[in-house]
Parts: sequence; structure tokens; C-alpha cells
Amino acid sequence: MGKKINFLGKTNKNSLMGLINFGIIIVFFAVVTILKGAGGLTNALEGQLIPICAYIIMALSLNLVVGISGELSLGHAGFMSVGAFTGVIVAGAMKYNGVNANLPRLIVAIVLGAILAAIAGILIGIPVLRLRGDYLAIVTLAFGEIIKNVLNCLYVGVDGAGLHFSVTDEAHMDMAAGGTTLVRGPMGAVGITKASSFAAGIVLILLVLFVIQNLVNSRTGRAIMAIRDNRIAAEASGINVTKYKMIAFVTSAAIAGSAGALYALNYSTIVPKKFDFNTSILVLVFVVLGGIGNMTGSIIAAAVLTILPELFRQFQDYRMLVYAIVLILVMIATNSEKIRALWKRFTGLFSSKKGGSVNE
Amino acid sequence: MLNYLISGISLGSVYAIIALGYTMVYGIAKMLNFAHGDVIMVGGYAAFCASSYLGWPVPLCVLFSMMICTILGIVIEKLAYKPLRNATSLAVLITAIGVSYFLQNIALLIWTSNPKAFPNMADFVPPIKLGEITIPSVTVITVAASIVIMIALTLFTGMTKIGKAMRAVSEDKGAAQLMGINVNATISTTFAIGSGLAAIAGVLLCSAYPTLMPTTGSMPGIKAFTAAVLGGIGSIPGAMLGGILLGVLEKFAQAYISTQLSDAIVFAALIVVLLVKPTGLLGKKITEKV
Repeated sequence: MGKKINFLGKTNKNSLMGLINFGIIIVFFAVVTILKGAGGLTNALEGQLIPICAYIIMALSLNLVVGISGELSLGHAGFMSVGAFTGVIVAGAMKYNGVNANLPRLIVAIVLGAILAAIAGILIGIPVLRLRGDYLAIVTLAFGEIIKNVLNCLYVGVDGAGLHFSVTDEAHMDMAAGGTTLVRGPMGAVGITKASSFAAGIVLILLVLFVIQNLVNSRTGRAIMAIRDNRIAAEASGINVTKYKMIAFVTSAAIAGSAGALYALNYSTIVPKKFDFNTSILVLVFVVLGGIGNMTGSIIAAAVLTILPELFRQFQDYRMLVYAIVLILVMIATNSEKIRALWKRFTGLFSSKKGGSVNE
Repeated sequence: MLNYLISGISLGSVYAIIALGYTMVYGIAKMLNFAHGDVIMVGGYAAFCASSYLGWPVPLCVLFSMMICTILGIVIEKLAYKPLRNATSLAVLITAIGVSYFLQNIALLIWTSNPKAFPNMADFVPPIKLGEITIPSVTVITVAASIVIMIALTLFTGMTKIGKAMRAVSEDKGAAQLMGINVNATISTTFAIGSGLAAIAGVLLCSAYPTLMPTTGSMPGIKAFTAAVLGGIGSIPGAMLGGILLGVLEKFAQAYISTQLSDAIVFAALIVVLLVKPTGLLGKKITEKV
């Protein structure tokens, strides 16, 4: 942890890869801005810009758990929803108290969303990280569903005296006259004043990349990866397994929370059902197709896989079917031994040694 | 009170039948087959078509549905999972999710998203009256079916040659192969049995809750998977126990605590059990070798 921040200092391979990631994001921002200026973006695509940013951050966050820490999480959308609803409530309360400017509302929402998601990460991490492998995966799935269910029953309002909470219905919040309801149980958060912007999303991605890359290249990151590669050997070398797994898990939860706040403040309404098992799986697909442990891959996969279904909207009925088939074929093509052997024979002459492949 | 218990046992028996399929496939292929829930849905649609469009009698419908699902299970295994036999478990998991999306979207294209009213296929048995309580015919059939299936499976894995081969493969694939067991054929058989069970579960589930949609299978699938883990994944009596516990718990939570929070309570129970017994209620403890 005490190591010098590895931003532009040493030019080893890892920091070079890190710079490439920053570069990709900045180029992406530049291209989109130019296209926007030239009117080359359809409304539908423009509406996808902030979700793309949020999903890139989600993919990076999940990759920290799946790729770097080596644990499968099937409930990551749960952390996103904690961040989303915290963000919506905070932004709504600030608006009610007369803060109309978007940027301060967004920043406070993202920070508090990340903090609350981190707290959720600690609470969930304590039981979850005691388990291994598939059992851990199913428990994260269970927590994701629990968070969704609890949010489904949550009612929040704001009035002059502050925030009011209820888990039964709106009437039980005991709000004074003139108060505003912010979260309405299964109907979700209503009447959100949008505060997110594409530029803010890009800045958040850069910040998240900075945090993750410094974590991975630090002593802490190496300890986390040592546990992933061989838990017993790492434990024998004096690494505190629970502590380092917890660091990865909670950092990831906080990042997911910030993505949630960014995402939710882009819409006027948001329902808890949006962050269900399917969303967790969607993000997992980004991570796996982008390459487990590969941050650049996650960024590209999240961006491309969010845009593609949007581009093929006219084939509405068939696009998910094609998506499923492509998913299966890609997994078989990249993992089947026969195809791998065939591929090796073609590329064997040119390929150099590659590191960093992860086995679950 | 007793009514909730009965409906809980009924729902739990359906979970148990689905969980048996999960547990067998997990035991032998060490994979989380997330497409299992969607096989249930296909089974439901197959029975629905046979009954509503072709007008077949109930036993034929069930047989037809089982046949379709068994074939589907084998085909899925051959095309999607077999090439990934030695891949990482995450790759197989994502493939299973791909298969699940595929089945849901095919069903969406063929039958659209409008819910179909499923005929009650269990009403050939009269409901049982015990004093003031009536046990509906679906419940009678479901509970009976799950008990018969569990006993049959226990006998099958314990006594028959294929069953023994299954247990051998689930313990040690390599050693089983050296003993002359055809590992691929054994895994295919397991998928076939699991999918056949899914068809029965589909018919029973839709008879009890008669709305059939392309997403019908996904939530029961996840719940049944939870049940399998709760009981100890890989164990046949464990799946049964987990399923029934989960069903009863869900119905009681709905009745006495909150309808909206019932799922949360079910999943919280899973977490508590896993914390106390990390391999589930009847799961075997595997010692880790360095």
C-alpha cells in the first residue's frame, strides 16, 4: 500500500497497459464528442452513452472480483442498485433543499452511493467470503435477490424535517404536508431530476481505472492475485486471505455503487427490478467475453455489447436469439480444446508468450 | 395453518423434482446448469401443445413432453456442453446462460409472450378430504410423483449398472474412464434423465400455477437450484429435503410475514444454512489436499 502511485512513473508492462486503457477511454470520448457535434449520433444511441459508461464501470468492478480475486459473483447488480437508490434519494433530498445545480448533486450522489454499496459489500462479504467456489457464487446470487426484494418494499420521502423511511406503504412515512416521495416501493424511484452527463461518466471511468490499476499493481493487488492462484500457498506465505479478499470485494462493491448512482440519475424513473439476476449476468458476460482479468477487454466488451443490440433494434425479435447463439459459439470457440489446438497450429509460428490467463 | 403447510409441501415437491435434475447434473458434470429452468418451460409448452392443439389424453401429453425434453437435454449437452468438457467452470456457466437465453427467445418467437392458460393435468385424481381440509388433486399427484421419483432415482443410482457408472464418474472421471466406463455416454444419460424430470416438473408446476410464459421456468429454476444447494448439492435425498423445506418456508413467509419479502426470506435461509454447514444440509464434506 505504501508504494508510490504508479501513474506515469515507471514504464513497465502493467503501467503501459494501464495507459492504453486511459487512452481508449479518452479516444472514445473524443470520437463521441466529434460525432455529436457533427450530428452523427441518433437519439437512441445518444441515450445509450451514459448507460455505456455505467456498464463499463460495472464490468471493471466485476472483473476485479472475478478476474483479480478469482471469485464468481452472481449478484453484482445488487450493489449497483444500492448505489442507484442511495444516489436517487440523496440527489432528490438535495434538490428538495434547494440545491439545483446538477454537478454537486451528482458528485454527492456518487460518493454516497459508493459508500453505502461498500457498507453493503462489507456486510455481505463477511458471510460470503467464508465459502468457496460454487457455494460462494450461489450466495452472491441470493444476496442480489435479497437486495432487490428489500428495495421493492422500501418507501422513502423527504420533507422539512429530513428523510422518512417506511417498509409498508407511503402513508406510514409520516411525512409533513409538502414533502416529496422519492422512492415508491415496487414502482421504484419516481420523479428523478436527471443529473448525469456523458462527461461525468467518462471522468468516473478514468477514476475507477486509476483506482483499480493502482490496486492491482500494488502489494495488496499482488497478495490478492496470489490468493487467487493458490490459496493454500498464499496462506502459508503469511497472507491474510480474508482481509485481502475483503479488500477486493468491498472495493468492487463501492465501484459498482458509483456506477449505479451514475446510471440511475440518467433516468426519470428507476425500478428495483432493473437490477435483477439478468443484469448481474449481463455484466458477467461482458467480463467473460472481454477476457477474465483483462480490463481493456472489459471496457471494449461492455461498450460494444451495449451498443450492438441498440443498432439492431429493427430486428427486435431476433436480436436476443442471435445474441444467445453468438454467446454460445464464442464460448465454445475460445474454450474448446479442438478449436484451440487448431488455432494454435495457425498462429503457433507467430505468437509470443502470453501471461495472465486465469483458471477458475 | 395446515393449508399453508399443504400448499408449501406441494410447491416444495415441484422444487424437489427440479432440484433432483440440478443435483444430478452438478454431481456428474460439476456445472451449474442454468438452462435447466428453461427446459422446464419447454416441457410445459410441449405438454400444452399436445393437450390443447392435438387433444391428446393426459398420459400421452406427459410422455410427449418428457420425450421432447429428454431429446432437448441430450442435444444441448452434445452441442453446447460437450466441447467444453475441460474448460473452466466459468466458461461452462456462461454457455449455460447462453443456452437459457436461447431457449427463452425461441419460445418467445414460437409462442409469443402472451401467457397461455395451462389445463390442469392432475384432475384425474379426486381431491382428498381430511375433515375440513381439502387437499387439491395437483398436490396429491405432485407429492406422490416426487416421492416415487426420489425412490426410483435412489434405486437407479444404487443398483443399476448405469447408475453405478454415474456415481463413479461423479467421484473421479479419470479413474472411471480407466475402469472402462464410457464417460461421455454416462454424462449424456444424466442430462437425459435430468431433462426428463424437468418435463414432469414443468407439467406439475403449470398444473398448479396455470400461466405459461417463456420466462415461467427461470424463477422456479433459481429457487430449485437454491434448494439443491440447501440440501447439499450432489445428494439425492438432500435435493428432496431442500426442495420441500424451501417450498414450506416460502408459503409460510408469504402467509405470515410479507408476500413481497418471501423470496428474500427464502434466500436468507439458504445463507444461514450455508454459514452453519458450508456444504448444505446433507452434503458431504470434501477434505482439501495440499
